[in-house]
Amino acid sequence: MANVALRQVSKRFGLIEAVRDLSFAINDGEFVVLLGPSGAGKTTTLRLVTGLERPDAGSISIDGRDVTQDPPGTRDIAFVFQQYSLYPHLSVYDNLAFPLRSPARRVPEAAIRKRVEQTAELLHIAGKLGNKATRLSGGEMQRVAIGRALVRDPSIYLMDEPLSSLDAKLRAELRLELKRIQVELGATILYVTHDQVEAMTMASRIGVIKDGELLQLGTPREIYENPNSRYVASRLGTPQINFLPAGLIPEIAMPPATDVVGIRTEHLQIAATDGGGIVGRVHRIEHLGDQNHVHLEYRGQTLITLADPHQPLQASQAVGLKLIDPLFFDAAGRRIAATVH
Amino acid sequence: MAQIRVENLHKSFDQFTAVEDSNFTIENGSFFALLGPSGCGKTTTLRMIAGLELPTDGRILLDGEDVTFQRAAERDIAFVFQLFALYPHMNVEQNIGFPLKCQGMKRRQARERVFETARLLRIEHLLRSKTSKLSGGDRQRVALGRAIVRRPKAFLMDEPLGALDAEFRALMCGELRELHDRISATTVYVTHDQHEAMAMADRIAVMNAGRIEQLGVPQEIYDRPASMFVADFIGSPPMNFLHFEAGLAAGDRVIKFPNASVAIPEIGEARAPGPLALGVRPEHIRFADAAPVRGRVFGAEYLGTTQIVTVDTEQGQVKARLPSSLPVQVGEMVGLTFRSDALSLFDAQTGAAIRTARHRSAGHG
Repeated sequence: MANVALRQVSKRFGLIEAVRDLSFAINDGEFVVLLGPSGAGKTTTLRLVTGLERPDAGSISIDGRDVTQDPPGTRDIAFVFQQYSLYPHLSVYDNLAFPLRSPARRVPEAAIRKRVEQTAELLHIAGKLGNKATRLSGGEMQRVAIGRALVRDPSIYLMDEPLSSLDAKLRAELRLELKRIQVELGATILYVTHDQVEAMTMASRIGVIKDGELLQLGTPREIYENPNSRYVASRLGTPQINFLPAGLIPEIAMPPATDVVGIRTEHLQIAATDGGGIVGRVHRIEHLGDQNHVHLEYRGQTLITLADPHQPLQASQAVGLKLIDPLFFDAAGRRIAATVH
Repeated sequence: MAQIRVENLHKSFDQFTAVEDSNFTIENGSFFALLGPSGCGKTTTLRMIAGLELPTDGRILLDGEDVTFQRAAERDIAFVFQLFALYPHMNVEQNIGFPLKCQGMKRRQARERVFETARLLRIEHLLRSKTSKLSGGDRQRVALGRAIVRRPKAFLMDEPLGALDAEFRALMCGELRELHDRISATTVYVTHDQHEAMAMADRIAVMNAGRIEQLGVPQEIYDRPASMFVADFIGSPPMNFLHFEAGLAAGDRVIKFPNASVAIPEIGEARAPGPLALGVRPEHIRFADAAPVRGRVFGAEYLGTTQIVTVDTEQGQVKARLPSSLPVQVGEMVGLTFRSDALSLFDAQTGAAIRTARHRSAGHG
């Protein structure tokens, strides 16, 4: 395992700047997730690290060695794709063994067997080694695809939305598994996704990427609690953070340049009102079971927050709103640190 | 608008029973969800209400009138399918107005109706647009407009949001429910997504293998699941099951695991010893050092406001929803406490809920 560093990497396809001045490092044993919508430059970044694309500017190093000009085969990287591409005519065992049987590697068959069995154990598919690859469930196929990357013990694993084609339950299960395997192996992983839950639950650090630029890099908690911009704040959190124009809530003390106030569900308390303070109106209540999504109307804006399902709230009821340490943003969408008051 | 009644409805395809003895009433103006995994009979039920499928047995009444063997076209019901297809060569106004044109409605009256529909959906400004230029959300709205423009007695929807990504689906859920609140049309909505059913429906029928396992308002189904199937199908993450063997006496307030006892709502029925499952929702679990139910932390998933912590116990793996401020180490031993008044108890063999002070009438609404 190794650390990987990108320094001021840019890549353009015709008029489109896919990646702009991208700099970040993945430390040994770290699970870094790039989070962004489609077209943000996530997959291009992965392809640059593998060597499937060459950067127009900047450099890429693996374990301190500059690999910018090296061909893909020499970079010691394993790639897991969104669509598991297994060999349908081979057994699970042979699919897993395939990367080790490459003529360039010359791994003895006994060593291959040991490695495949270890990997299958780790992925909980040891009982399926004799099966044809096509005789597996979707979740098992994706485990085999991940397993084919794991048998090789490369410097770094690159994963491109490997869970996105699975159903919700399986995805939740594999999220937890993948994180467990990563910790057990001490693997270094660069993972890209548009799913904030995957990013928050698995990453050691998340890089929020948009229009080819890395906007913020930090632990899930840093990104969630201390976003540096409106955009980053809106990427994480369910329900999504609410934004209110500063002018609508003059009652709140805020830093001078504040243009918009960002209010997450934990920044908002709702209670019975005596008519004073900030008063909103319940517009609609949505059941989630463990919680309710309460849609509130406040001076023509909609706020969505979580509430206990047994809290007595009714549509069109007036409620007092109390803000607790919300986030402040300037007119350019940049975060402003809260002043002491 | 209409009331829909389904009586002893039964449908078999050769050897296979798709729907078995289904009974429910959908009140005028309410939003009713048929929820279940694929193959549970929810779409077959909907197709029988629509008249696209004839029942093997039983009756369907629309506003008191027996329509069981009426053709679909005679039922005055609008069906919205999973994939919204728009006519690409027509603009938005023509797309929405098409069903009225087919009915032979006068042009002036049809135009008024189309405008009114567009206003309801807040797409008046798009009436002249080409459908190919629309965003995904607006396309869905136009398709909905085409369904509601006829003002049918009821809407039947078969996974209309199934093809959308998660964030957009949540948004459209809100819009669909708001539209329902504005026009108060009786709606039957088929989905396999518990979140959609919980968020939108006034009442939910949870179906499994052709049968309605539970019928009730969303919170009731969540709080008092009638079976392990329902408990597992509703909630994200779903209800946890802690497995153990025991006999029960009416009036018991405690159950015993091999190494711990747990306070539960008072038991309402005596039972011979056998396999049982204690049902615990993730948000009803807390960590406490001294608690006798012990487990090892398998993983912690940070979600911002909360975290989901997975713990391996002797009774099985459980997931707890805890405040994200609580520090949790993978591999550490923890004690678990449960909110005792919110626990469910099941017969692990049949899956049925056992009657307790919480589950007074474990069963059907």
